[in-house]
Formats: sequence, C-alpha cells, structure tokens
Amino acid sequence: MDDLLAGFAAAFRLIVTLDAELIEITLLSLRVTLTAVAIACLIGLPLGAWLAVRRFRFRRTVIATLNALIGLPPVVVGLVVYLMLSRSGPFGVLDLLFTPTAMIVAQVVIVTPLVASIAHQAMRELWAEYHDLLISMGASRWQRMATLILDGRRALLTAALAGFGRAIGEVGAIMIVGGNIDGATRVLTTAIALETGRGDFALALGLGIVLIALALIVSGASHWAMRTERHGRW
Amino acid sequence: MILALLLMLLTTLPASAETLRMAVTTSFDASGLADILLPEIAAETGIDVQLLVVGTGQALRLGEAGDVDAVLVHSRAAEESFVAQGHATHRREIMYNDFVLIGPVSDPAEIADAPDAATALARIAAAGTPFVSRGDDSGTHKAELRLWNAAELSPEGGWYRPVGAGMGAALNTAVAMGAYVLSDRATWLNFGNRDDMTILFEGDPALFNQYAYLPVAPDRHPHVPHDRALRLEDWLTGPRGQALIDGYTIAGERLFTANATPREARP
Repeated sequence: MDDLLAGFAAAFRLIVTLDAELIEITLLSLRVTLTAVAIACLIGLPLGAWLAVRRFRFRRTVIATLNALIGLPPVVVGLVVYLMLSRSGPFGVLDLLFTPTAMIVAQVVIVTPLVASIAHQAMRELWAEYHDLLISMGASRWQRMATLILDGRRALLTAALAGFGRAIGEVGAIMIVGGNIDGATRVLTTAIALETGRGDFALALGLGIVLIALALIVSGASHWAMRTERHGRW
Repeated sequence: MILALLLMLLTTLPASAETLRMAVTTSFDASGLADILLPEIAAETGIDVQLLVVGTGQALRLGEAGDVDAVLVHSRAAEESFVAQGHATHRREIMYNDFVLIGPVSDPAEIADAPDAATALARIAAAGTPFVSRGDDSGTHKAELRLWNAAELSPEGGWYRPVGAGMGAALNTAVAMGAYVLSDRATWLNFGNRDDMTILFEGDPALFNQYAYLPVAPDRHPHVPHDRALRLEDWLTGPRGQALIDGYTIAGERLFTANATPREARP
C-alpha cells in the first residue's frame, strides 16, 4: 500500500516539475507508437476492407491467420526483427538496430494484424448493409472499399486505438530492438522495466501512471477529433 | 495544429556527432556508476556513450554480431575465449568489485559465520532454504556456478530457483521469497527494495569480481569506430576515469576499486 501511494506521489512530482527526462521519454514513446500505428493503419485498414469486399479462395485462411497473428508474442517479434537488423543479419548495413526506427518496425509487425482484424470485422458488417446499394450503383472495387472506410470511420478509430493500446504498453520487442539506451531509445515502458529492476517501485509506478494518463489523453483526443460519442449522437 | 504536432513527433532528433555503443552488464548500470561516468566521458572526450544494459552472455553476443562497438563485462573465461576467437582486439582490466551473499536477516541456513563462500553455499543446500539463481548465463550466474563447483555440489531441487532474469529482477524475487541470492555488491547497495534482507556473507577472495573492457575487432566488423573505442579505453584506464571509479560511494561505502593494467600491457 505504501508503494502504491509513493507511486502516485512520484507521478505527481514528475508531472508538476516537468521533469526533462520524463518529457523526453514520453515524447519518444508517442513518436514511436503513433508512427507505428499510422503505418499499421495504412496497411491494415485497406487490408481489412479488401478482405470484406473481395471473395477469393484462401480468404478464410488469410482471415484465420490474421486473427492468430494478433497473439504474436512481442518478444519473438523483437528477436526476429533484431536478427534481421543485426550487423550480422540481412539488413545490417542499414544500421537501424538500436534506433527508434527499429522500434517502429517491430511495433508495425505487432500492431498491423490487430488493426486489420478489427477493421475487417467492422467492414464486414457494413458491407452486408451496403452490398446491394453499392453493387446496384455499379461502384468499382476501389469505390466500394473507399465508401466502407469512409462510412466506417468510427469503427476504424476503434481499430486504430486498439493498435495504439497494444503498442504504447509494449515492452518485450522494443527492449530487444531498441536496447533501452538512455537518451536514444528509452521509452516509458522500458524505463518502467529498468526502475523495477533497480527496486525503485515508486518511480516505476509513477512512470506507469504517466503511461496510463497518456493513453487516456490520446483516446480522448481522437474521439474529440472524430466527433464521436457526443451528446445526442450515437 | 495537429499536423504540426505530428510533424514534430515524427522528425528524428539529430544524433550527436560521436556515439559509441557499449554493451555492459546490468551491475555496471544498476550500481549507478554509469550515471557518474557517462557525463564526464561526454565532457572530456566528446564521445556520447550509448549503453546497452544486458547480461554478460548477451553482451558478448552483441559484440560478436558487431551490434556494439565495445563490451564491458565480468567473466574472465568467456572474455578470453571471446578475444581468442578474434571478436575483440584485446581484453583490458578496468576495475573490480565483489559478490556478496544476500539473505533474510534471520539467516535460517546460518551462513554468516561460514569460513568460506563454498561452505556458505553448502549450508544453504544442506538446509534446503530457497536460493534464487540468476540462471541467465550472466557473469554473476557464471560466478555462482563456479562457487557451487568449488563446493562440489550440483544445485538442484525445489529450493534452487533459477529465475532467468537480470540482477535487479532476481533480487526482487529473492526479497519476495525470503531466499538467499548471490549479488554483486554495487547492485545491492543501490537497490531500493531490500525489505528485511541483508548481506550475510562477504570477503572471500573467491567472490572477487573483475570487470574488463573489450573493443570489438574492426577487422571482423569494419563499421565499428575502433579509434573511438580506444579513446574510451584510454579515458577509463587513465587517471580521471580511475579516480572517478574509486571515488564512487553509496552511503559511505566504496563500490568499485579501479585496477586498470598499465597502458604498455595493451598489445
């Protein structure tokens, strides 16, 4: 109980004093995760829509695989990305290991299946509703996908936010490919792991509270930007 | 406004001119010594040292792959074979500290008055009290295995608990279980969550813990900044670096003793 109270006190202290290091690692957390989620959405949303409007032979296999990939263990993703980007690996010459870019790559791999899967679920229902209309209007496949994405944007926001939630709290993969280097690749989650290892539970918990607050702010801000969940609208 | 914010988030911060990646053991960082040395290194040599804090086993693997430019670890046999295999140009001793046996204040296995470390471990095994092992192929784990070997015991059974984690996580586990654990002194002194655990056994020469610096061989990995790695070595073994290492104390206790071998010894 004392540790919990000390955690809240530490979080409060970090925030009111605008601790320079806290701001740095928070901004890096945001930068890595927002970039990864943006890329994952660019891949996952059209993929989800495409899977909804297109019928092809291995469609069920692709969807089942996608759903299974949601459970991909981040540590394994981290290890594979590490082996790819290592100087001894195929992409070693790019010198990306232990950089924020490497962390973004790992998070894109982790988040894309989740975004695509949720997007597909939402698009599928919308497609059942719009099917006859769009077909009778003679819309092309691209127009159908664009309509679904545009009209399903609130559900797609949920997909993006789920991706954000998975990425912002992720530690296993970015620890391996980022290396938790102070001032270069340290983010909120790896800092929490570090402070826990040092036995400084108060600071670790304080950082955890900052992380949760950050997730709340991002979620709230995106709902505000998309004008969802407002009074009188459903 | 949102766009500007996104752009700010997405643009990469400019990397400083001279960086050097060094894989170090968890004890070097967890002891707090890194926080003292790194700013001084940056100020005096202009090198921005980026630390990768891992176990000795993983640190050597990173050096082998060329993913770091230098390695600072503590496991002599592994280091010497690392140099022999050509992964590093040489091995340079920097400093030492020692391992201590941590356990509950009540000391159920009565190791506090043991004549040597091997006997202390034998008493823990005989009493069957929980013992937390790093179990992660780190320098500390290897030192622990050497001690069991010296005691002519192969630790196994429900009381022996390898956690496969870093020093801090192993200490947290030991505290939670009221178990004995082998730790380097520096990490323990800097550890925040001690509860009713304390140093029960120390001072045996077998607990001596030497740290050495290994610059990754540029003929294996032409991209490593070898001259920068040598400049860092010169600083660490020079008067300023050695004095700072000796001068680092926590609660009046000195954590590391600098013992760099003379420069001429470098091949």
